[in-house]
Amino acid sequence: MKKIIFITVSLFFFLIQQSFAVVKIDITRGNLEPLPIAVSNFYLDNPAQFSPELKKLKLDEKISAVIKNNLTRSGLFNIIDPKSYIQSPKIAHLKPRFEDWALIKSQVMVSGKLLIDSKKRLRVEFRLWDVVAAKEIEGLALFATPESWRRIAHIISDKIYERLTGESGYFDTRIIYVAETGSKEQRVKRLAIMDQDGSNNKYLTLGNELVLTPRFNPTAQIITYMSYFKNLPRVYMLNIETGIQEVVGDFPGMTFAPRFSPDGSKIIMSFAKDGNSDIYSMDIKSRIVEQLTSHPSIDTSPSYSADGKFITFNSDRSGAQQIYVMKSDGSQVKRISFGEGLYGTPVWSPRGDLIAFTKIFKGKFYIGVMRSDGSGERLLTENFYQEAPSWSPNGRVLIFYRETAGGKGGAGASSALWSIDLTGYNEKKINTPTDASDPAWSGLLSK
Amino acid sequence: MLLRSLKNIFLVLSIGLLITACSTSAKKVAIKGDGAGDAYSGSDTVKFLATGVADRVFFATNKSTLTTAAKQTLSKQAGYIKSSKIAVLIEGHADERGTREYNLALGERRANAVRDYLMSLGVKAGDVSVISYGKERPVNSESSKLAWSQNRRSVTVKNK
Repeated sequence: MKKIIFITVSLFFFLIQQSFAVVKIDITRGNLEPLPIAVSNFYLDNPAQFSPELKKLKLDEKISAVIKNNLTRSGLFNIIDPKSYIQSPKIAHLKPRFEDWALIKSQVMVSGKLLIDSKKRLRVEFRLWDVVAAKEIEGLALFATPESWRRIAHIISDKIYERLTGESGYFDTRIIYVAETGSKEQRVKRLAIMDQDGSNNKYLTLGNELVLTPRFNPTAQIITYMSYFKNLPRVYMLNIETGIQEVVGDFPGMTFAPRFSPDGSKIIMSFAKDGNSDIYSMDIKSRIVEQLTSHPSIDTSPSYSADGKFITFNSDRSGAQQIYVMKSDGSQVKRISFGEGLYGTPVWSPRGDLIAFTKIFKGKFYIGVMRSDGSGERLLTENFYQEAPSWSPNGRVLIFYRETAGGKGGAGASSALWSIDLTGYNEKKINTPTDASDPAWSGLLSK
Repeated sequence: MLLRSLKNIFLVLSIGLLITACSTSAKKVAIKGDGAGDAYSGSDTVKFLATGVADRVFFATNKSTLTTAAKQTLSKQAGYIKSSKIAVLIEGHADERGTREYNLALGERRANAVRDYLMSLGVKAGDVSVISYGKERPVNSESSKLAWSQNRRSVTVKNK
């Protein structure tokens, strides 16, 4: 268990000199030209320090490959084919000839070197070069144990993304989701966790009981989810560092749809009793439970606003499932969705400006976003079945799950994780070892 | 506390007003005699608690209203539960065409609609418990209107 958790990564800015950004990506526009970028392989500085096992890992190539994959998947960068790189990784890092990189139409170039320091730590140094202005625009050195090289690659990717877009990155993050196997009638569901790019997949539960809707605490390595343990459907909390899990609150019936408050101090969820579901919050430290809605309709899928002052949820109090916003004490309930069809699973952007949702209209399912007053509705993707968007910590990307239709006996039915940019572009499947559903994004690990 | 209950009263009041205000337009919506809508009425997938006592009833999309057929089934179930002095568990289910969390609530609502009806027929509260599976346990995993109607159900099982 402990293994998946972090090795502290210390980082400091290598270069104090920060020149003006000449190259910059505008990610607020809808469709955009990906920025041509060259990512050189890194090189081993003093290879004699590297043990044969370490050399075999080929970290000089792999770190570069992880960075390339992250940048490509973001849809904002176009990696120039490494076959056209003329300079060796060492020269690229120490004294690049910018004309060579300009010649292959690269506007930015990434270089780096690896060494093992006296404490047997891996030291990774990277530089980001503005090819057009012929200067270095970012530099960083990171230390970590060699096993956590992937995290280093993600942190470097975040630095590149931040420097070139002006927004915080989301590569050094993880996804928690439900891994699914077996027939639909007797589906086996396990909690699983993986890096944002699908690597380091691990299972957190064995599949003995049904588990649903895991969500991260944005500030700690704790998740909340729903489990049918002992056939009592309840909300649980699980510390993924210690493996300790506990029931949330003492409710005499089903609790479900849990989510943490942005500061991680509360869990908000639904409690169903006698055919009625209302929204409750529980303070994790004091265990004080507060009832927030009290209406003879289904009130569920609550989500806090980024500042914790408001809650969005879905309710069928109007006669059909729609999205509402209220103050976090349960007052001033206001319906915000008024388009055709049903609206569910509202989730507030960590940037605070938008609410993502699932819309059901004429037998199709949509993932969309609207402002928190209900205006500016924009549908990003349409499919046979998809739901439950979750935001990347920078509020740029949504991850959700999509199911395909089953034939006789459920033949051909599948469930998978997908991500899409806020702009509606760059829709991508995220590969998982099994079928998958209910994804939720963590906060930045290195914050 | 007082404030909260006052608020709730206002909420109920305003909803009441809303319903009255909407009643004229609601009449226009065509609803079949017993609210059966697209509820399944066949016998496939149905099992029996005892001879002639079907174990399940079906619901229309997003509804938890008991159809005439459902009530007939449940009155047989009530008679059987009372005479054989057993306890039962009502499983509430939904089809796959709704969001997961809403479906959990909907399954719970359906199971309780059944529980309430059984109790109205004299079954003791202590003898009926409920659980919702939402859309997690379909009986027919095909993605078709027929399968969905068979999955929108409550199933009464003997609770040992």
